[in-house]
Amino acid sequence: MLAEALVAQNIAFGIIAAVMIVGAFRVVTSDNVVHAALWLVCVLAGAAAQYLLVYAEFVAITQILVYVGAVMVLFLFGVMLTRARIGSESNLNNKNWALGIPVALALFAAMAIALVGGFKDEYLPGPSKAIRIDTQSISDAIFKPYLLPFWALSFVLLVAVIGAIVLARKD
Amino acid sequence: MLLALDLPYWAQSLLRVLGGLVAVLLPAGTIVYVFLFKMMSFMQSRLGPMEAGPYGSMQLFAEVGKWLQKEDIMPEKADHSIFRIAPLIVLASTFLLVVVVPFGPDAWFTNFETGVFYALAVSSVSVLGILIAGWSSANKYSLLGGLRAAGQLIAYELPMVLAVVGVVIQAGTMNMQQIVVAQNAGEIFGWNGLGNPYILTQFIGFGVFMIAVQAELTQAPFDMPIAESELVSGYMTEYSGFRFLIFFIAEFATAGVFALIASVLFLGGWGVPFSWFGWHSIGEVSNWMNVVGPLIMFSKMMGLVFLIMWIRFSYPRFREDQLQRFAWKVLIPVSLVNIMLTAVLKVVF
Repeated sequence: MLAEALVAQNIAFGIIAAVMIVGAFRVVTSDNVVHAALWLVCVLAGAAAQYLLVYAEFVAITQILVYVGAVMVLFLFGVMLTRARIGSESNLNNKNWALGIPVALALFAAMAIALVGGFKDEYLPGPSKAIRIDTQSISDAIFKPYLLPFWALSFVLLVAVIGAIVLARKD
Repeated sequence: MLLALDLPYWAQSLLRVLGGLVAVLLPAGTIVYVFLFKMMSFMQSRLGPMEAGPYGSMQLFAEVGKWLQKEDIMPEKADHSIFRIAPLIVLASTFLLVVVVPFGPDAWFTNFETGVFYALAVSSVSVLGILIAGWSSANKYSLLGGLRAAGQLIAYELPMVLAVVGVVIQAGTMNMQQIVVAQNAGEIFGWNGLGNPYILTQFIGFGVFMIAVQAELTQAPFDMPIAESELVSGYMTEYSGFRFLIFFIAEFATAGVFALIASVLFLGGWGVPFSWFGWHSIGEVSNWMNVVGPLIMFSKMMGLVFLIMWIRFSYPRFREDQLQRFAWKVLIPVSLVNIMLTAVLKVVF
């Protein structure tokens, strides 16, 4: 039953995951800042596609709006304003890049253990009884129990914005 | 799905792809001929193209043929692969945008629960294409144009999102189809002869939305990114032939799609007021609306694009600082006040 229901999702997951892994490697190995940023766009858009596969429509669209449409555009904007040569650059890599490998492995292990442990025997229902999580239930789940932390977070953002203005203004 | 036919999945998908092509290319072609060729000419006391076909109506095919034949020129120092991808990203964003527009009770491509939100998210992707088009051309005018475009599009995306929030609050849903139904089944103080098109209650939102659309399309007076007297042609400077054609189609197709979205949000979309035919919900809407609906949408789109083009041909260009000040100090506060008013009135009524 399970196999019948999720074949298409699993194949799509595999393809997108492969693209994301290649993209992630190219982000760190690419010798051009703008190329690296575009590979990062690939990875982030892939994450949005994965969300869609597990019926999380709202999260997927938010991922596109925030990461692809805003964060990466600002990122590219900043890079192009300051240093963005066409062609390869030689001194892009930090000398201590090898240190990143154990950190990445440790992160992967931690997340894998948490995910496998957390969702041991749970599977997504097949398309016949597809779950539809509507936006209202998401907002209820966030703004009922977590309204105060949410407000506190928005104050943190406000402080960051004011701090940025104070730093940028010389007078 | 359509007209109560029971088609297999592959046939439905094929129909949708064809429908998407029509929904993007037909408005683009019509807009270019009617407004760019003819209306602009008449406003400038000339006839416009007259030779190709009756009243020059075949001019567009001649133009496309010309562009397709041109040599594919690329600057030698350009970043070739990204230079090739950039126009495709812009066009892809247009195609992804039209997917969410409903044209009739059953004539839709996808019926996303969060339709408007999806439209806003996808429309922001085209900035990426414009930015890397400017960068990869290896030309300082192009880079300047790309940076200006990014700054402008980011600034005007925000009022656009905020203007839509008012509609979403009033309709109580983000689904495009439900927004259409809410307007056509609505009533104004108990009188339902006109439905309740949100342009009446959300006229502030409509104004802000249309101004933001004008800026998102980089049409004059917001054409700083391609200002021809300063930047040659901005991020498009190095593009010619087929690749320029893609940018050109994307520009006018996006104008059409944004007009379609605006007519769904503010003008009642494909629907007629349901009380005219005694309908109460979307289930009771007759099948012939699947044919009439697209025509209604098309005429509303032409009306809104007329507005966009009229402003484009009438006003001189904003300066960069005026442009940013207008977005951040006028449009965003106004749309925030609109959200507050809508929320209060929604609770009161």
